[in-house]
Amino acid sequence: MSLAPTNGFRWLDLPKAVAGLWQGRIESSVDESKSTVSFECPPKHLQELCTYLFSTEGYSFATLVAEDETFEWVLRYIFYGGPGAGQVHVICRSPLSEPCIPSISPQIHAADWQEREAEDLFGLVFEGHPRLGDFVLHEEWPDGVNPMRKSFDATRPYAHRERDPKWQPESILEARGAFMMPIGPVFSDHAESAHFLLETVGEDVLRSIPRFFYKYRGVEKIAEGKKVDDALLLAERFSGTSAFAHSMAFCQAVESLCGTEAPARAKALRVLLAELERFRHHVAAIAGICSSTALAVAASSAGILEEETLRLTGRFLGHRYLFGLNTPGGLMTDFTDEQCREVNQGLWRLLENLRTLQDMLRFTSSFLDRLEEVGMVSQEKARSYGLVGPVARASGISRDLRISQPYGHYDGRFKFHVPREEEGDGYARLRILFSEAEQSVNLVNQVVSSLPPGPVRVPLSFSAGSALGWIEAPRGAAFHWIRLGPDGRVLRYRVMTPSFVNWHGFHLAAEDFAFQDFPIIMATFGLSNAECDR
Amino acid sequence: MLKWVRKGIQTGIKTTAYPPGAETAPGVSPGRPKVQKWGEADTTHPLIEVCPTGALTGADHRISVDYARCIHCYRCRRQTPTPMFWDESFEWAESTERNEALQSPFSRSLHIRFVDAGACGACLSEIKQLNNPFYNIHRLGFFFTPTPRSADVLLVAGPVTDHMRLALKKTYEAMPTPKRIVAVGTCALSGGVFGPSFASAGGVNEILPVDVEVPGCPPPPLALLHALLVVSGKAQPHGPRVSPDRDESEDRR
Repeated sequence: MSLAPTNGFRWLDLPKAVAGLWQGRIESSVDESKSTVSFECPPKHLQELCTYLFSTEGYSFATLVAEDETFEWVLRYIFYGGPGAGQVHVICRSPLSEPCIPSISPQIHAADWQEREAEDLFGLVFEGHPRLGDFVLHEEWPDGVNPMRKSFDATRPYAHRERDPKWQPESILEARGAFMMPIGPVFSDHAESAHFLLETVGEDVLRSIPRFFYKYRGVEKIAEGKKVDDALLLAERFSGTSAFAHSMAFCQAVESLCGTEAPARAKALRVLLAELERFRHHVAAIAGICSSTALAVAASSAGILEEETLRLTGRFLGHRYLFGLNTPGGLMTDFTDEQCREVNQGLWRLLENLRTLQDMLRFTSSFLDRLEEVGMVSQEKARSYGLVGPVARASGISRDLRISQPYGHYDGRFKFHVPREEEGDGYARLRILFSEAEQSVNLVNQVVSSLPPGPVRVPLSFSAGSALGWIEAPRGAAFHWIRLGPDGRVLRYRVMTPSFVNWHGFHLAAEDFAFQDFPIIMATFGLSNAECDR
Repeated sequence: MLKWVRKGIQTGIKTTAYPPGAETAPGVSPGRPKVQKWGEADTTHPLIEVCPTGALTGADHRISVDYARCIHCYRCRRQTPTPMFWDESFEWAESTERNEALQSPFSRSLHIRFVDAGACGACLSEIKQLNNPFYNIHRLGFFFTPTPRSADVLLVAGPVTDHMRLALKKTYEAMPTPKRIVAVGTCALSGGVFGPSFASAGGVNEILPVDVEVPGCPPPPLALLHALLVVSGKAQPHGPRVSPDRDESEDRR
């Protein structure tokens, strides 16, 4: 699988190339304002076209948006390229009575979980997919119930069948003394709910089988029929530790749909707030790694930094987790230049302490021993799973939407560096977190020194249509796709999050390791189950 | 290793004075709207319209706040020409009517079992802060315990998703009596923005009997600390949730 260089490749040439390869059997349309090419692809060419985009042209798979319209299924496969390569939407239609679509997972492994999700929630069948069933909906849901279908009533509680509390998983491993160690969904500390089955022969764990969606709140479903302002609350609150990033992606999608841009001051402030959130997230992840290795003083130091960042945010910007700031058309409130300067100065002080911590950790061999060559993810695997964010960047893939799909004020006016490490182990991921935190403070500094004056909000008039919003959230690329009806209410809302994508690849890192390393591997991934489960 | 010892000492003491003192550092609480008097207040007041969750209600020339519904969206503060006054308090934990003598068996140390029943991560993060040096709950004899068998308090956050329902019940049943349940955050009190729906129950009370409620989205660590103090009888719970008798609009600054 080769990643073709996208240098000089222009997304505008793509329709011609595709028309040549498939002799006009695939219709294309171009939206220059959104740097997007759309292909209307009949199901029989779907695999070929997606494979061509992924393997030959080097596009990454973003998300699969399924919709059941009155007469047909509309499946939208969204791909995104490197700098200058724009986005590609592959649209595949099938009559409502035929929910069978060829699977693209055998060629594009990154689509594996997304197809399983669509199978569970919509009742679509992906022909050729190696493993369908039992994914989002757990065993208390009877077969044939598909909550994302338009006909399903989401407002009322659903009467489940009783779950068998004595249920035991079957072991696959056949060896002397082999057993299966279940962990979760309730963990021994205050970790998020998820379930892991560790197949072990004693100290060594050979593989881990994760199970998620214990926290499935059906965000995409309950957003349907809501007004934009109410759906925004869901976008903001389904993952509290990256609330600003997701609400910003949601707002950008709505703004793009309405053809309105947020004012310059709002865009600049959004960069400041998004980077502040990234800084806080990374400090929290570092604190998590320190405490997973039981290095008490370092864990306390990082904990102090995390709480100080929260207090800094609360003091000058209102909410400690940046809730209630984004709104379609800009920001709900303006901050004075003085407030922004205070935040900037506060961040520099915190960064200084963070650097001290990093220097001390770098020379603590007992700490490094527990991270180096632990939880390895190779570059090749990271690419085939389409991993994103700090996890991908620690495995040699410098994928960052701020560079490859510029949005808002990340249009080249601020200089920053996207760190990259080659090793793909826990220590590489830790180093990425440290250097990204530093880059975020750097960005905040640039924003504060060039804050444009003016309003922070423009009024929007909602119109029917659909649009995609995206953001490089603290954990990686996030995509929000929204369709509004003529009454300005949400018809379909699709969220793809970095935690979903990276948990898919987690089992790569959790293979053949010593049992006590499990919390460390989890901590170095730094993922959120709320963000994954939605 | 010596450098870590030195660093620990150099950092000094960060721990909050609360309790018994007051915490005055800025940014420890997101604040929340305050029940207040409003001349023309009736059911169609613009402030009530702006609230997306129905937490604000008007009656008797007064705007009341249902904290079990307030999600700190700031719309009554930032999206109206006549903003509500927000206070920066944090002693938010309320005792439900179930237990009159909450404190009796729990006046010494508390062992806490936490269950994430679909929380977004913000409540969880604030719970995690309880162990950092600023709040350091160990000093008060509060501990997180890995097993429900030795837990006194069940701390639950999230709207209780259908998939977590069984795990939550089993955890509760595994705890010895007497036991207390603390529901953390607006989602755990009313479902918040998520429920009730096809996938979540809309609050812990739908499944288990809650003893102490901590409203907030998320409640700051000090509010959680207050809740634990209420369970152990070392602090008084916050007054009734809606419409206190005294008029707090006098406090407006």
